[in-house]
Amino acid sequence: MSLVRPFDKLPTLNSAVILLVGTDERRQQQLAEAILKEKKNFKINIHVATSLPLPAERDHVRPRIDLIAFMINMQSKHSLRNVEASLSHIDANFFLGKVCFLITGVGRMNHCSVEMNAVRKLGNLYCSPVLFCELDSEGIRAATAQRLLRMLQICAGHVPGVSALFFSSLMKSSIDE
Amino acid sequence: MPLSHRARPNGGGGRGETALAIGPFKCRKLDDWALRRCGRDLAGKSGQFREPEKEPRCCGDMSASGRRRRGALDRGFTMDETVAEYIKRTVLKIPRHEIMEMLRMWDFLSKTQLQTINVHQIKERISQEVVQLCEENSASIKQAAILDMIYNHTYRNKKIWTVYQMTKAVGEETDAFNLADFKYKFKRSLQSALKNALVHASNYHDIHEMELRSRCLDSLKDIVFKRYSQTFQTYHPRPLQESNVAPEKVDPRIIQENKREKERIQSVNQEVFGEGLQPKIEFAQYKLETMFKGEPEMDILTEKEPFRCIVKFSSPHLLEALKSLAPAGMADAPLSPLLTCIPQKARNYFKIKERKGILSTSCIGH
Repeated sequence: MSLVRPFDKLPTLNSAVILLVGTDERRQQQLAEAILKEKKNFKINIHVATSLPLPAERDHVRPRIDLIAFMINMQSKHSLRNVEASLSHIDANFFLGKVCFLITGVGRMNHCSVEMNAVRKLGNLYCSPVLFCELDSEGIRAATAQRLLRMLQICAGHVPGVSALFFSSLMKSSIDE
Repeated sequence: MPLSHRARPNGGGGRGETALAIGPFKCRKLDDWALRRCGRDLAGKSGQFREPEKEPRCCGDMSASGRRRRGALDRGFTMDETVAEYIKRTVLKIPRHEIMEMLRMWDFLSKTQLQTINVHQIKERISQEVVQLCEENSASIKQAAILDMIYNHTYRNKKIWTVYQMTKAVGEETDAFNLADFKYKFKRSLQSALKNALVHASNYHDIHEMELRSRCLDSLKDIVFKRYSQTFQTYHPRPLQESNVAPEKVDPRIIQENKREKERIQSVNQEVFGEGLQPKIEFAQYKLETMFKGEPEMDILTEKEPFRCIVKFSSPHLLEALKSLAPAGMADAPLSPLLTCIPQKARNYFKIKERKGILSTSCIGH
């Protein structure tokens, strides 16, 4: 069983890699382009996949992955199930801040087939932040791209003194205090 | 709907109730009111020439009496050619001096509209004017039929009539006449008679209704005559056809991990759906009569009675939508054969029953 591992490869100087996993290819492409548009001072590679595990034949050319973003569409149960199935193909060390969930489609409540609870439980279970973003809107796409870029910098170790473990602070809601 | 013509002397009576049936309506005397009512009720839904989109909404309210109904042109209504022709020919039959009286009796065109008709021109032009006004009032086959019946009633001497006697079996009660029931049975009998006549006249043996319905007539023809792009079983995997889409400028920093999977989906799609445009149908309906598979503890419906439900897929272009599901990432490929067998089996109505204890479904007809 080929797992994606966070530390099994050497990092490349001044570069970072993000992996987007989701069933909606069009949205993935749009988000990837939005990320590339943002200003950054490091090299970035965006890997796009519909599901995990990743094809084994590309293992040797694939760089180290710093951040995995799972994309779930609230209007498609299929997208949720796909993500749930893919989660078991990641090494547990990824869940120390190197995984996040991007949830789109909440705006149209009438068309949602995925329940909010299911998504929150997923975030809690895998100790990873859940970001709600309507990726159809260009502005929100740009904002999400900026957030992802910032997270990616931290996950790749580019920000001194801040590591991915800090992202657990994103998990706490004000009610818990 | 023309009344029945040729008359022959009817021999001898029989027991039971005698009904003098002239055409479709049993009555002692056809007066104008009954005639109109009969026409309105019976000429109604036979609109086999009409497409649903063109159905005018003014049926039933026949009286125009001065107020101009919201014009047909405002709504973009085009009267059916058959209806126009029907009205035209009926008007041509009416003697010139009777035309205005008949149109008044018809009570479909308003007084102002009737005043615009010039009866002193050739009949061809009169009938054209009448058809024009009928278009303004959105005439349907119903109104045309009523005019025809008024003509036949007024000029009944021009026809030869047949007389029929209906009898009831000994012992059966004389029920009150139920018009709704009569209409329903009459229509069904007509359909049945049409089918029989069609089969007999074209020297075929049998006819049955297929489980295939759609708005697009051309697509129905394509499905039934197998004119869509068919798929063929091959042992050699076919090379992927180049799609018409121009190669997009993909940023080299975006790497697709699942290229192979995408290609697999494309080739599966091509195998299942073929390459060309799919025939156009709007829905597929699956009537389920399968057992409810719940948790054994729940015990409500599990394995006792079939759980009846109907699943209906609808779309402006269902087959193309199904074809695009897997490439869009909304479903796995290959799709369920229940969905993909629609053109091959030439049906979009299915009944799914339990297959003798095995957890599978079968497509069967009625």
